Amino acid sequence: MRLRCPLCGERDRREFSYKGAAVALDRPATEDWSAEWDDYLHNRANPAGETRDLWQHAAGCGAWLVVTRDTVTHAVTEVALARDAARGKGAA
Amino acid sequence: MRFSGLKVIKEGLTGNRGWRPHWRDPDPKGAYDMVIIGGGGHGLATAYYLAKEHGITNVAVLEKGYLGGGNVGRNTTIVRANYFLPGNSEFYSHSLKLWESMEEELNFNVMHSQRGLINLFHSDGQRDAFARRGNAMVNQGDDAILLDREGVRQHLPYLDFENTRFPIYGGLYHPRGGTARHDAVAWGYARGADARDVDLIQNCAVTGIDVEQGRVTGVQTTRGAIRAKKVGVVVAGRSSQVAAMAGLRLPIESHVLQAFVTEGLKPAIDHVVSFGMGHFYISQSDKGGLVFGGDLDFYASYAARGNLPMAEHVMEAGMTLMPMIGKAKVLRSWGGIMDMTPDGSPIIDRAPVEGLYLNCGWCYGGFKAVPGSGFSFAHLMATDRHHAPAARYRLDRFATGRGLMDEEGTGAQHNLH
Ligand SMILES: Cc1cc2nc3c(=O)[nH]c(=O)nc-3n(C[C@H](O)[C@H](O)[C@H](O)COP(=O)(O)OP(=O)(O)OC[C@H]3O[C@@H](n4cnc5c(N)ncnc54)[C@H](O)[C@@H]3O)c2cc1C
Ligand SMILES: [Zn+2]
Repeated sequence: MRLRCPLCGERDRREFSYKGAAVALDRPATEDWSAEWDDYLHNRANPAGETRDLWQHAAGCGAWLVVTRDTVTHAVTEVALARDAARGKGAA
Repeated sequence: MRFSGLKVIKEGLTGNRGWRPHWRDPDPKGAYDMVIIGGGGHGLATAYYLAKEHGITNVAVLEKGYLGGGNVGRNTTIVRANYFLPGNSEFYSHSLKLWESMEEELNFNVMHSQRGLINLFHSDGQRDAFARRGNAMVNQGDDAILLDREGVRQHLPYLDFENTRFPIYGGLYHPRGGTARHDAVAWGYARGADARDVDLIQNCAVTGIDVEQGRVTGVQTTRGAIRAKKVGVVVAGRSSQVAAMAGLRLPIESHVLQAFVTEGLKPAIDHVVSFGMGHFYISQSDKGGLVFGGDLDFYASYAARGNLPMAEHVMEAGMTLMPMIGKAKVLRSWGGIMDMTPDGSPIIDRAPVEGLYLNCGWCYGGFKAVPGSGFSFAHLMATDRHHAPAARYRLDRFATGRGLMDEEGTGAQHNLH
């Protein structure tokens, strides 16, 4: 598997570390514990097919990335900077 | 049909013409008392114990492929009871005891071989951690022996004891640990369940779960609708998809775990051995192949194959520990889909839908759990009460934070196990 970092170009999978589903970008607005927090921290859609997850270009530029890929075929369709993805949501 | 030494000899001398299929291939009925989704090790063991321990035989196991074609037939077959935390300790201890009587119980040779497991350690800190784990095992009533370097050398003289980067300080020896023939376990339970009138229905994928007013009423399948009073979901790596049919989101992410096997060699590796400084563990099958593996590829995946970085890491770690295997040729590698929970421990519990039961989250360690899981899950489905050894495998432990079982001590977070 190779990922195309928007800043560094296409690099070997070994340079990246995996964080998990991109739900990490959807932090609940309230700080109080709620079912929403449980869902955010623990429960996952875990799709067999297209998924969005967070990776860090740890052994490269250090950027956090949102990767859109297929969990069945391992095909990668899009890699975007997490910063841009989060701003697109108005979360910045 | 019973197996005996006499029968095997007689069949051997008469062209093996007397063997008959070991289970029926029935069409699904319209309704059952209970339906088990998933004909892997856990599903088949559950059906067996429902019939045997609780007398509940109006049961169907629905399997989308063939029996034993999932992870139960793809794993590296390590069976052990060397867990540390309350919850896991008593469960795996119970499961290992069931392994020890399984062959007589099922009248089936599952080739359970208690050849001993040695987990190596390579630093003072690791030694302390293993000493503590060994004490927990002994407290649970299981067996553990702390070996020093010379003790390890007596068992495993072929290791690279000169390695200065990762010196071998010793190992935690678990004599009752070992291996078994993986698909034989599925076949043994299948045969036992079928003999007690459970319907084992293959090529039958569940496509929907019917819920009316918060209560399960049956399932939709590729072979028609089947009504049931209780439904157990036992589908390992596919747990999220099947639970979603009942509107549930589970604390599970599916990951791929790889394994490797070499050409057959003369007996060389008598134990199960794991390296403490890299992802590598190994045993030798009765056919002579070296069976080994490492850790997850560490990204969500449903592809039953992995990527090269973990394959390379596993080979490197193996060569570091035991250079003698370097000339063995790898015949095959493959992957299986693991249902990973945030704390790395499983779930045996009622779902928040009446009549629906969950058995999932076995991560990369569910083979050794097959008998214990089937026994405890059958108890839960039959009595609606938790079975003591599995009572801590609750679904709500993530929401409440109470009773998390993080054996590795890395944190109850998805990407850490
Ligand atoms: C490479 C590898 C090495 C491993 N090594 C070990 C080890 O050494 N020791 C150990 O203890 N564990 C090990 N494991 C883990 C162990 O194999 C699993 O935890 C365990 O087998 C999972 O339970 P199961 O046997 O019931 O799963 P499976 O055999 O996967 O059974 C689940 C079944 O559900 C069926 N199913 C799925 N969806 C549906 C549907 N919609 N309808 C009908 N049926 C469905 C599937 O077809 C499958 O047959 C390893 C796993 C892998 C992949
Ligand atoms: Zn980069």
